[in-house]
Amino acid sequence: MNTTWKDRLLLSALRLSAAISGVIIVLIAGLLVYESLPALRAVGLGFLTDSSWHPAAQAEEGAFNLLPMVAGTLALTLGAMLLAGPLGLLSAIFCQTYAPLWLAGLYRRVIELMAGVPSVVYGLWGLMVLAPIILKWQAPGVSLLAGILILALMVLPTMALLSDAALAKVPLEYKRGAMALGMSRARTLWCVSVPAARSGIITGFILATGRALGETMAVLMVTGNVVQYPSSLFDPIRALTSNIALEMAYAMNDHRSALFVSGLMLTLVVSILIGLAEFITKGRTHA
Amino acid sequence: MLEGQVTIASIHERPRAGLLDFLTALGGWTASLTVAGAIGWILFDVFAQGLSNLDWRFLIEPVQRSGRAGGIGPLIVSTGLILLVCLAASVPIGLLSAILLAEFSAQGNRFVAWVRRALDVLAGVPSIVFGLFGNALFCIYLGMGFSILSGGLTLACMVLPLFIRSAEEGFRSVPGEYRLAGFALGMSRARLLFRIQLPEAAPGLAVGLILSVGRALAETAALIFTSGYVTRMPSSLADSGRSLSVHIYDLAMNVPGGGPNAYKTALVLVVLLVFINFVTTWIAKHGLHKRILSL
Repeated sequence: MNTTWKDRLLLSALRLSAAISGVIIVLIAGLLVYESLPALRAVGLGFLTDSSWHPAAQAEEGAFNLLPMVAGTLALTLGAMLLAGPLGLLSAIFCQTYAPLWLAGLYRRVIELMAGVPSVVYGLWGLMVLAPIILKWQAPGVSLLAGILILALMVLPTMALLSDAALAKVPLEYKRGAMALGMSRARTLWCVSVPAARSGIITGFILATGRALGETMAVLMVTGNVVQYPSSLFDPIRALTSNIALEMAYAMNDHRSALFVSGLMLTLVVSILIGLAEFITKGRTHA
Repeated sequence: MLEGQVTIASIHERPRAGLLDFLTALGGWTASLTVAGAIGWILFDVFAQGLSNLDWRFLIEPVQRSGRAGGIGPLIVSTGLILLVCLAASVPIGLLSAILLAEFSAQGNRFVAWVRRALDVLAGVPSIVFGLFGNALFCIYLGMGFSILSGGLTLACMVLPLFIRSAEEGFRSVPGEYRLAGFALGMSRARLLFRIQLPEAAPGLAVGLILSVGRALAETAALIFTSGYVTRMPSSLADSGRSLSVHIYDLAMNVPGGGPNAYKTALVLVVLLVFINFVTTWIAKHGLHKRILSL
């Protein structure tokens, strides 16, 4: 290989750019920690033990219990994944096995389109159409249930597309083998293809969970944003992400710092989920 | 892949259909119809509500009475400028990073592995956290305030992993023989890259660019606290400017009677995104051998 000064210059430029790309996440983490420190010092365990969420610019004057919003976020995510997980997997199975080829292609395009619809548009529909429908059934309409339904639709493409790709990669020999053993189509699917594709399916589930945890706008628009532990599906709740979006506009000092604490928590949880997904993808190939 | 599917389909004509088969088929069809029905409902709603009384002047008129009246002219300009800043920052850095990841990453190179992992995590960071980050770094520490510049740079950080992934796919789809032939002709690495590999990878780069534009257009949470709320026509990049997505949010949540114009704005945004979606698919289909999922 002939190495000229131009090549060396090029390589330095490439390394520099890649370093910049790589350093952004470090900057984000660093800044989140740095901005969180004042609140972590002043409030500390108060994030878990204070009587309520009534933030103030000075830590001594406010109450900073994040748990109701943590519960809100967890309830939303759990509900959304209980819906999106099976629906996404069944969608993938439909594309791979049951749909005629032309319909499978069309349906994939629809799901890709879903992935591109902005979260404010989901939120707008949830607020204008879905919440009034729920209101006819149980007040106030904007509720945990509305949030779960919207969120399930939003994270479904991640689950469906990754499961679809995983099922498509199952070697044809496995299916031929199953067929030679006289297994029916559904038995082949559930006993051979799905287990063989499980690492991809689980990865899809984990990444979709990460997206559900971090979604802000749609949740903000349809859940009513009352800080309380949800006691039924029809209660309005507030998610951690919504809280940041709602209060960032006027938060000062310790209050602002407390919002960075919730951002830091979210980022940590999502990063752990991504690490987990990477571990599963790398650790296992087809069983 | 296509051939494989045909074979499986024909293979599976044969078996005894039991209860499990029936239930699985029923589940698959029900799930798909539910999902397609839901997204169909959402899009139909946006089109039906958005098209009623839509006038082309909506696209150029200034925002009046907090958005209840008037149009979205200045917001389209603001959104365009935010996009420009975003692309001007993310494309050069993303392109060079992608080249390093695709072409110069010997197996087991620790630096490359580290960058890749960092980008994976960056891709998963919630958008509201990008908002916090952009607000702290660009608006406050770097003194840019609420401005189009802050918003665009925040979005640049956000779309970088997406752009790099697609661009890398583009470079990887260039046949390895080209590189060997280039070296055999005594080309330098730089010349080979810019004369041969870059033009060959162009479809992948285009897909990455368009996907990034789509992601940036759809983004709201990261912009509220970086590019701000101002609805005036921006006179420079240092001005605050409201994006279309932020406008939809604000009209729906904070402006009583803002519903009709929220729908019209949503229609404009959705039409742009659907168009982008089709262009991406077309390029990916005709220019790339590998399929790139818009995840």
